[in-house]
Amino acid sequence: MKLFFRRKTSCQVAKDRLKILLISDRLNCSPEMMEMIKRDIAKVISKYMRIDAEHMEIQINTKGCKQGHGGKPSLTASIPIEAVQAKQG
Amino acid sequence: MENQFSGEQKSSEVIVVTSGKGGVGKTTTSANLGTGLAKLGKKVCLIDTDIGLRNLDVVMGLENRIVYNLVDVVEGNCRVKQALIRDKRHPGLYLMPSAQTRDKSAVTPGQMIKVIDHLREQFDYIILDCPAGIEQGFQTAIAGADRAVIVTTPEVSAIRDADRIIGLLEANGLKQMDLLINRLRMDLIKRGDMMSSSDVIDILAVPLIGIVPDDENVVVSTNQGEPLVGSACPAGMAYSNVVQRVIGKEVPFLNFDKGISFWTKVTGVFHKN
Repeated sequence: MKLFFRRKTSCQVAKDRLKILLISDRLNCSPEMMEMIKRDIAKVISKYMRIDAEHMEIQINTKGCKQGHGGKPSLTASIPIEAVQAKQG
Repeated sequence: MENQFSGEQKSSEVIVVTSGKGGVGKTTTSANLGTGLAKLGKKVCLIDTDIGLRNLDVVMGLENRIVYNLVDVVEGNCRVKQALIRDKRHPGLYLMPSAQTRDKSAVTPGQMIKVIDHLREQFDYIILDCPAGIEQGFQTAIAGADRAVIVTTPEVSAIRDADRIIGLLEANGLKQMDLLINRLRMDLIKRGDMMSSSDVIDILAVPLIGIVPDDENVVVSTNQGEPLVGSACPAGMAYSNVVQRVIGKEVPFLNFDKGISFWTKVTGVFHKN
């Protein structure tokens, strides 16, 4: 079995798959809904600054993550800003 | 049989053994939990809620003594006491078998709660063996429970179903849930081909009540209809510890592999509390 080099053990593969699987199971959140959330966030932020909506990313982390939030899943958005005060006034 | 029941009121605990996925060891766990508690002198009633697919009777070795069953009780064909089979090997251990020729709609959650409330007066522990799935049979089984033992194996499908079950139990207001990880294989974990107990706990975020290794003695004990809890084999010892934790004692988790590698020790597979 160890004749070839394995990058990931099957245990790690299982854990990674489960983490992603359980997010969608728990939240019952479809990709379409994620796309709508993303569009709305972009719309709100664009009121105050110029952003690169093309390259923004949103994702939901499971409660398995050790990032706090009282064990609840959290939504994180990464939005590239092009100019902060572009739309002021 | 009559004198086994005293009229005094007791505070009993109703535990549902559930998993979502079938074949992960719900019935084996129910049988061992019930037998183990009875061995400690507790008065225990096992109820098989898997209507149409009863199995707890054969695992307990009591299949030849069934006269009435759970459906007869709820339909009023017999009294609750008449449907209880006393396990002669363990004083204080009783089984309420399920019906084999009916389906899950034969008992409603309300009827289940009524039967359980009647039994609460006579028993310290009532263990409910839940059917697989999340449909009516599951809803009926969990209706009268105070706490749940969720059985899973370290496999993707079983863990996914366990997660769904945890969500449903939370939605139904069940306060206490504990996880039992069944059929762990140390050789596969060491090789990196099976999730360890700590991996499973990380994913499911439910307190651990037991880890039971994959043990061929379970097959032998099922063949013989005698639960192996308390015997000197890995699964027997693991189930004894589960029983201790159920009654509230703190017992360290067993290390099933004496020749365990240094690396596994470092990663603390069996040292997670």
